[in-house]
Amino acid sequence: MIEVINISKSFGGEKILKDISTTFDKGKTNLIIGQSGSGKTVLMKCCIGLFDVDEGKVDFDGRCFSGLKEKKKKETRKEMGVLFQGGALFDSYTVEENVMFPLNMFTKMSFEEKLERVNDVLNHVKLPNANLKFPAELSGGMVKRVAIARAIAMNPKYLFCDEPNSGLDPKTAEVIDELISELTEKFQMTTVINTHDMNSVLQIGQKIAFINKGELWWEGDNKEILVTDNKELNDFVFSTELTRRIKQRL
Amino acid sequence: MGFLREAGDYVLIMIETFRRPDKGKVFRRQLFIDFQALGVDSIGIVVFISLFIGGIIAMQMAYNIDNPLVPLYLVGYTTKQMMVLEISPTIMSLILAGKVGSSIASEIGTMRVTEQIDALKVMGINPANYLILPKITAAMLFFPLLIVFSISVGLAGGLLAVFITGSVTTTDFIDGLQAWWQPFDIFYSLIKSVVFAFIIASISGFKGYTVKGGSVEVGRASTKAVVASSILIIIFDLILTQMLLT
Repeated sequence: MIEVINISKSFGGEKILKDISTTFDKGKTNLIIGQSGSGKTVLMKCCIGLFDVDEGKVDFDGRCFSGLKEKKKKETRKEMGVLFQGGALFDSYTVEENVMFPLNMFTKMSFEEKLERVNDVLNHVKLPNANLKFPAELSGGMVKRVAIARAIAMNPKYLFCDEPNSGLDPKTAEVIDELISELTEKFQMTTVINTHDMNSVLQIGQKIAFINKGELWWEGDNKEILVTDNKELNDFVFSTELTRRIKQRL
Repeated sequence: MGFLREAGDYVLIMIETFRRPDKGKVFRRQLFIDFQALGVDSIGIVVFISLFIGGIIAMQMAYNIDNPLVPLYLVGYTTKQMMVLEISPTIMSLILAGKVGSSIASEIGTMRVTEQIDALKVMGINPANYLILPKITAAMLFFPLLIVFSISVGLAGGLLAVFITGSVTTTDFIDGLQAWWQPFDIFYSLIKSVVFAFIIASISGFKGYTVKGGSVEVGRASTKAVVASSILIIIFDLILTQMLLT
């Protein structure tokens, strides 16, 4: 479980996160939703330690992470997998080398063992024959799947995904959602997903935190979100004519 | 203030860079990749420019020495001294700042804007150490070899030019190359090349590492890397000349 406790973060005098407290549960897909500029990416980057928080703290299974020095953060970081918005695959490496990268850096496995692990995770993300391709040769959905494979190569306890569906068609986005949800359940990871994709919210949102103007506005799950009377959340979730009609029929 | 802040950031990033690599085997692999990218791939341009500059210096010297009292072997001697003391270490470094410096800055800058550096960091890897240290090491080890290569090719270019034009006999030219030979000159040249290699790789790595924004900023960082490296090369050329030759 990840606990976010009263964190605040400012940039250039402007407060982006205001006293946010929430928890992300183990074995669940925890979603952070909100409009662009609401602070959800900053919240995620505070959680993974790319930004230092100004106030408050982030605990990973009771271990304080945010206050640690860079050297000590390393140990917790080895338990994290992160899927970045654009995939962040290393361009000059093949798919196999990308996925093998954390294993090369942090394990003493033989090449055969590492290759077996790489093939295993590539099978999990349903890319069994892509080992020798370069990122430039992959489609957007494949890039995301390779990035997920790299993120789970070290058997992480915590998986963070920043906008995993951005730039993908609805069908591929659904495949990615299902994949993340399936892996979360299978490996009992604490998964945190940053999204504004309503399909993801309704499909895999086992726990949802709605951030608005840097504040935590609402928490619940994908069933509660359909019946909430929170105005700001309703304005965000049912912002189109189509979604408003769907809500009326519910 | 902006300059001071940037200088401070440079020092902080260099402190991060010069830490023990996370894994020696991975560092060595990266080092060999950078030997290829920064060193071996630069041999062509170094050979081409050195050959022609050597030839041009020899021809200009021969053209300027028309006094019968001045011995013709001075053409070879002057060509050698210019290639060893200034042209190969400094001019080649300025050219390498353009080729290698822009390549380092744009490579690392692109990694920054595509979140690859963030990906390294969240994996628990020191990105500055992983990305910049092998480049600095490769440049500092390989550039002296390139400079020796440049000197040799430049002198061969001079010999070829006097042979083709007939302005000086090849015997006179070779006599000049052998005259007043001081091994310290080569040492001075190598010292300069090592310092310039550090300047090029570290400044370009820093400029790329600190890119903020998108592709336009990567281009700007690349240009700034070349300009800053070139200015520092010239300044340190003066300082090293003062320290080592006077």
